[in-house]
Amino acid sequence: MATVVRVRSLNARARSILLDVPGWPGHDAGQHVDVRLTAPDGYTAVRSYSIASATGGQQVELAVEELPNGEVSPYLTRELIVGDRIEVRGPVGGWFVWRPEQREPIQLLAGGSGVVPLVAIARSRSAALSAAPMQLLYSVRDPDSLLFGPELADLSAGDSLRVTYAYTRYAPAGYGRPPGRVDAKLIAAETLPVDSAPTCYVCGPTGFVETVATLLTDVGHDPARIRTERFGPTGGQR
Amino acid sequence: MNTDAFLDGNAAAGMLGELFAVEVTAAGAQCAHCGRVSVVAQARLYVDSPGVVGRCPSCEEVLFRMVRAPGRAWLDLRGVNYLEFALPEDG
Amino acid sequence: MGIISRGFSGRRRAHDENLPPGQYLTEGFPVLSAGPTPRIQLEEWEFTITTEAGDVHRWDWTAFRQLPADEFTVDLHCVTRWSKLGTSWEGVSLETLFADVDTAADYALVHSYGGYTTNLPVDDLLDGKAWVAYRYDGEELAPEHGGPARLLVPHLYLWKSAKWVRGIALSHSDEPGFWESAGYHNYGDPWREQRYWGD
Repeated sequence: MATVVRVRSLNARARSILLDVPGWPGHDAGQHVDVRLTAPDGYTAVRSYSIASATGGQQVELAVEELPNGEVSPYLTRELIVGDRIEVRGPVGGWFVWRPEQREPIQLLAGGSGVVPLVAIARSRSAALSAAPMQLLYSVRDPDSLLFGPELADLSAGDSLRVTYAYTRYAPAGYGRPPGRVDAKLIAAETLPVDSAPTCYVCGPTGFVETVATLLTDVGHDPARIRTERFGPTGGQR
Repeated sequence: MNTDAFLDGNAAAGMLGELFAVEVTAAGAQCAHCGRVSVVAQARLYVDSPGVVGRCPSCEEVLFRMVRAPGRAWLDLRGVNYLEFALPEDG
Repeated sequence: MGIISRGFSGRRRAHDENLPPGQYLTEGFPVLSAGPTPRIQLEEWEFTITTEAGDVHRWDWTAFRQLPADEFTVDLHCVTRWSKLGTSWEGVSLETLFADVDTAADYALVHSYGGYTTNLPVDDLLDGKAWVAYRYDGEELAPEHGGPARLLVPHLYLWKSAKWVRGIALSHSDEPGFWESAGYHNYGDPWREQRYWGD
């Protein structure tokens, strides 16, 4: 059982929710939790959300983007207030994770709200004072859709995390590249070279993950070093 | 390119975690159809609620089926020859 | 049951006497799938009924579409808890397809392109209770909804209405299908809320 201790807007449709979870065992960057909501008539709905925070104490930060016609996300982004209690299970997932003992270069590739677990990875690297080279390529619709923009700016300033934004619809004035989807040219110019043998973490909507994973293998990355996490509906009603 | 609406086996971690004390999505699974060993987290997960189907990323045959009902769950592993787990070194 | 989440009601689940227990109304047509969507060319499509004696009755698309068809309006109930009322279809009734099939079998195992299977009693296919449907809402059936043709058995939960249907095997013994062998109810009557084994 978790208690909401802080909520704040990340953009017009997304919100950060900080939970206090007594007995939280700690987590690895990249893991997620299952949130279970229960209506007064016993109806329940379960959804998975990525953890955005580095591990530390019994506090866990989730980032939730409201989905059109969503059932759970609008409740979390609009209704939930400080002091509310919700059921969380986790942390879960043991594959799409980064641990501080990993020394190899890391290439992160995010599509939209798929940036959330990658923010946790970048934060964990910073907290662990890791020297592992790390880059983030963040594909996002427009500047207003950014999640954790200020946090990523801090991480790139203080911790040599290199962040490249790839705007797909509208780029801010003065931005060097016209809006467009991630393609082979962008992968070649703005990600770690194949010969540095990075582990790649790709997270986003299914189409994004398919495209990017294919582009990465096409330029010669070992498929065994590409970890993917697709965002989508994970479960219905139980 | 396959553009179907499947997820990664990662997304099954919550359901599998209810059943197993070890993290099953980090295990390797050998496909009973094509013999390829892949990490459960990288299976293709089709959510056909209340059931989910994990398919081999290589041949797309069924690796596992999982059904969650109130108070009960079923896990069918007929499509997996074996699971391989990494465990801490003994002693 | 966990603690109640303050202010959470979930999707509107207004009680409606036209709905089986535990179902809510939807206006959309949610797509659920247990695997990749097969893309079947009409030239390659076929539908077969195989009797318990091994006799195979086979229709290609042209022969199938020359059979007398029905236009019908039915309610759909998915085990995921959505129901959709008054959906309009066009298809060939199983009564018609079984007209020349000599069988005494009690059970049917339905096979689909892509490998999906589901089982049901033969009686539930006959007497105008089931169709192989190829048009929905006036349009050719889209692949994500089971096109070119899907089984429709609207009096049972929708997982029995196999998408991309390719054949029916008849037998004296009941063999559980894709979901029936992994926890879904063997029969699946929505009005008796037969969702899982033992319901």
